[in-house]
Amino acid sequence: MFRKTKMKKIQTPLDDREIRKLRAGEVVLLSGTIYTARDEAHLRFVELIEKGKELPVDLKGEIIYYSGPAPAGNRVIGSCGPTTSSRMDLFTPCLLKKGIKYMIGKGSRCEEVTRAIRRCSGIYFLAPGGAGAYLSLRVKNCRLVAFKELGPEAIYKLEVENFPLIVGIDSRGNDIYKQ
Amino acid sequence: MSTRKINVREIEKKVKDLCAKANIVLRPDVNAAILKAYRSKNETFLAKKMLKILLENARVAKEEKLPICQDTGITEVFIKIGEKVILTGGNLTNAVNRGIKKAYAVNYFRKSVVRDPLLRKNTRTNTPGILHVEITRGNKVKVTVMPKGFGSENKSALFMLNPTATAEEIERVSVAFVKNAGANACPPYVLGIGLGGTAASAAVLAKKALLRLIDKANKKHHLAELEKNIMKKANALKIGVMGLGGKTTVLGVNIEAAPTHIAGLPVAINLSCHALRSASATI
Repeated sequence: MFRKTKMKKIQTPLDDREIRKLRAGEVVLLSGTIYTARDEAHLRFVELIEKGKELPVDLKGEIIYYSGPAPAGNRVIGSCGPTTSSRMDLFTPCLLKKGIKYMIGKGSRCEEVTRAIRRCSGIYFLAPGGAGAYLSLRVKNCRLVAFKELGPEAIYKLEVENFPLIVGIDSRGNDIYKQ
Repeated sequence: MSTRKINVREIEKKVKDLCAKANIVLRPDVNAAILKAYRSKNETFLAKKMLKILLENARVAKEEKLPICQDTGITEVFIKIGEKVILTGGNLTNAVNRGIKKAYAVNYFRKSVVRDPLLRKNTRTNTPGILHVEITRGNKVKVTVMPKGFGSENKSALFMLNPTATAEEIERVSVAFVKNAGANACPPYVLGIGLGGTAASAAVLAKKALLRLIDKANKKHHLAELEKNIMKKANALKIGVMGLGGKTTVLGVNIEAAPTHIAGLPVAINLSCHALRSASATI
């Protein structure tokens, strides 16, 4: 799909120095571990944090993927594209303070999220929206880790291989949508 | 024409099959529009990459029988029932919901419907669907299924313009609407626009407009012109695929119009992402 020469490959756990080099607009292929979490999971995370409780999964330094996959059936996972990130804006600064650094979604983010990303030298990646079938082929393992009762909105731990991403907001707060 | 009995079980079966088809097989007109954008000259590097992924996605979905998008939507079902048809075998609404429930279970589609908008408990069946029934002439039943994801539905809107509003004003409202949707609802978009009627009927008309092939203009000249102008101006916004810039912001604009009141001009716009999905069959 992408010419290999043009694509930077990155691997989790993400290396801080490597991350600081990435610039908004750059295309990368990600391999390693990511965790799905969307609206309801975000709400629960923030409620737990406000009550001073631990999150059900240690997400420090991890990558959150805004996605509610379709059921797996007899496959590793069903279609699993990104959902609209801006709905998570309300919760993101709080989560970044707790040590989550990286996010994958689609669409633009608010100023406050951009500032929070800059503060923690994080990154916001874009995944191709509406290409869930294509992306599902790049997920090699999927395991439910928390909030089972939320169904598609539960937290799934995914092992991905060459997951195609674009840097949306880089660690310096440069935003692809504002260039 | 004589009357004809149709068992609602037949409708249930059609709904089930059409749910699968609509979610798995990208509409040929939509695929053609994406292909055309991909092949167009002067499109940006990133836009071409993303359009290629969308074409690839459609191919993978069809071959692997996977939904085009994980958001397999809330299921809207449009049924046109000929006046000579006598439905037998039970309740139509229940039959439609049984069809949806079966399709979403056996095809491993995501169940995205919550029972109550505030309590938000998932029904786990993707039902109830939303059923629109229309009585038409003849003795046939036409069933259309349109799964609608909410990334784009969230951006849909209604504008109640003055009756003296011009076509240019509708253009302005529509282009501002696309600008507001921006990068967030999976551009390139398809716009379904319902003009006239009431606030409620314009919204339904907007949704029905999305069912028309996107390469077919409205038969009325002034509406076809309006479609063309909105498309041109919206593409000039250069939001582009995934909001990453380039010339492909809108794949199609479909307008449907209906009689309205002397005091108003309702304009409803139903936004579709590039994965505009629907399928029809006649019994």
